[in-house]
Amino acid sequence: MEKNNRKAWLYLLPAIAFLVIFMVYPLIDVIIYSFEEGYTFASQTKTGVGFGNFGDVLRDPYFLQALKNTFILVLITVPLSTALALLISLGISSINKVRNLFQTVYFLPYVTNTLAVGLVFMILFDKTEHTEGLVNVIIRLFGGSSVDFIDGPYWAKILVLSVYTIWIVLPFKILLLTSALASVKQDYYNAAMIDNTPKWRVFTKITLPMISPTLFYLVITGFIGAFKAYSDAVALFGTDLNAAEMNTVVGYIYTKLYGEGGGSPALASAAAIILFMIVLTVTVINLLVSRKHVHY
Amino acid sequence: MKVTLQNLTKKFPSRSKKNPSEVIAVSDFNFEIPDGKLIGLLGPSGCGKSTTLSLICGLLKPTSGKIFFGDDDVTNLPPENRGVGMVFQNYALYPHLTVKQNITFPLENLRGKDKLTKQEMADKAFEAAKMVQIEELMDRKPSELSGGQQQRVAIARALVKMPRVLLLDEPLSNLDARLRLATREEIRRIQRETGITTIFVTHDQEEAMSISDLIVVMKDGVVQQIGKPQEVYNDPCNLFVAKFLGTPPVNVFEGRIESGKLMIGSSVIAETDSEDKAVTVAIRPEAFMPDDNGCLECELERVEVMGRDISILAKHEECISSALRAIIRAETEVDTEKSTVRFSLNKRKVYAFDKESEERIEVR
Repeated sequence: MEKNNRKAWLYLLPAIAFLVIFMVYPLIDVIIYSFEEGYTFASQTKTGVGFGNFGDVLRDPYFLQALKNTFILVLITVPLSTALALLISLGISSINKVRNLFQTVYFLPYVTNTLAVGLVFMILFDKTEHTEGLVNVIIRLFGGSSVDFIDGPYWAKILVLSVYTIWIVLPFKILLLTSALASVKQDYYNAAMIDNTPKWRVFTKITLPMISPTLFYLVITGFIGAFKAYSDAVALFGTDLNAAEMNTVVGYIYTKLYGEGGGSPALASAAAIILFMIVLTVTVINLLVSRKHVHY
Repeated sequence: MKVTLQNLTKKFPSRSKKNPSEVIAVSDFNFEIPDGKLIGLLGPSGCGKSTTLSLICGLLKPTSGKIFFGDDDVTNLPPENRGVGMVFQNYALYPHLTVKQNITFPLENLRGKDKLTKQEMADKAFEAAKMVQIEELMDRKPSELSGGQQQRVAIARALVKMPRVLLLDEPLSNLDARLRLATREEIRRIQRETGITTIFVTHDQEEAMSISDLIVVMKDGVVQQIGKPQEVYNDPCNLFVAKFLGTPPVNVFEGRIESGKLMIGSSVIAETDSEDKAVTVAIRPEAFMPDDNGCLECELERVEVMGRDISILAKHEECISSALRAIIRAETEVDTEKSTVRFSLNKRKVYAFDKESEERIEVR
């Protein structure tokens, strides 16, 4: 028994070593950093230990802006992208002939590079001396006045960022939902049909509960992904996100790490811990809500 | 409710490019199912019995022919307007709903003047549950039930809206042998109590024979024979029906008719009015009686004592079934020392069939 135990640990060693070096240690390091007040890469010294970093971060207007942007992004994109993906998946599932073509088309964005997609969005939305961008051309066509989506008002920028984020996350959700829909056995629908079940009731009472595990997975990962958004904003608004009022929490952590005189790992760590607490809270709430509505 | 099938035909377009001819799943099915009877649709897999059921419930549209419920032509009615109840092979119980919610599901769809109050629904659900004896399980999920209990819930769900016709697709195939026996009695009892015309599909001839009022034997989409189980068993119209019904199966021999005599090898088995030709002879296992003066001599292989009866395994050079098996009463003495055994035959269980058409030839 004793010998077996030692053997087991030996076999586990590579994995454990890997986890400790690359996950546990950095995590602990981040927590330690977050409590070391005034520590920067340049000074290499700390002025004290305590919650000061958290206070500094929470009072930083750039952080509050980033937090606001992130929350708006999460609240808009997660429900909208999930609902849209469900709608498109239902559409794809209900056609027979060119189903594969549609599936491929909807999946294309997933294999396209974020920054390349950013370029496409520039063409659609950017207003320069030479062109107004395709969307503005269309707005003009319907008699509206053109809007500067990239350097213009706050709501316009958030709109572009939301559209972009939804567009980026849609393919994966569609992929999972179409396969979830396909896995619902035809017998259930036949049984419902024989019992004269209205379409809407079939959807809410049979389809939705049957695909609820997949939906729930998408909502949870959607929340986590949206809270961690960063590259999307960079692709649209460049690297100076603070100036563009379009920073996200992860973007804020990045600027704290590498900007401002060599960077402040202490403040970045404190911001990271705050983000972690937010994501954890939201996920726990999700899990609690799901208990009632998700049927495995 | 009387159900009439009139020239019912269903063809499926071919799936493969190599063989473009369409598949005929059901061919020219004519049958008037009397009100309140239990009908067994019987046949090997791929014979069109499940397709026939789907046509009756409306999940499939017939290529041609008509279906009547009573005097109503329901051929073009969608399934939801036919008033049928259906029990699927895998039960198709909604896994996220409790037993009670599953049973009330069809009732909640009723609209307009048929709309029920919550209390009425609960009462009806309880009534249906009581009928299949699952009233203690109302708050469980299907996954917490055994196969037999799930089967009962599926029946209750099909019965709760009092369908005009009840359809069961392979209702017993997912149950173990003991439960199958009990459940088929149960189906019979429920059918008797409700008096609902019931059609069930099975590939198990014993199952069909044991509880059906009438059985329909099908093969390759074509109805072979319709009748009371015992009649079809005693009086099969062709070789397929003779072979398909009965366990152990009928013994098949090469034979011939020579000047009014049915012969197997050199033995005269029976007499007939038919002209001389080569025939296939089928003899039920229970038709054999050991008799030293009997007409058929076989090589004795071994004797199996089953308690209630004895089964004699023998060999005959004209026999083309995999084994020649005779079932005789347990008290009959069989001399196992001898290498041969002679049988006399109960001629009512000896059938001759044309070699080409496999149609029955009368013998006596």
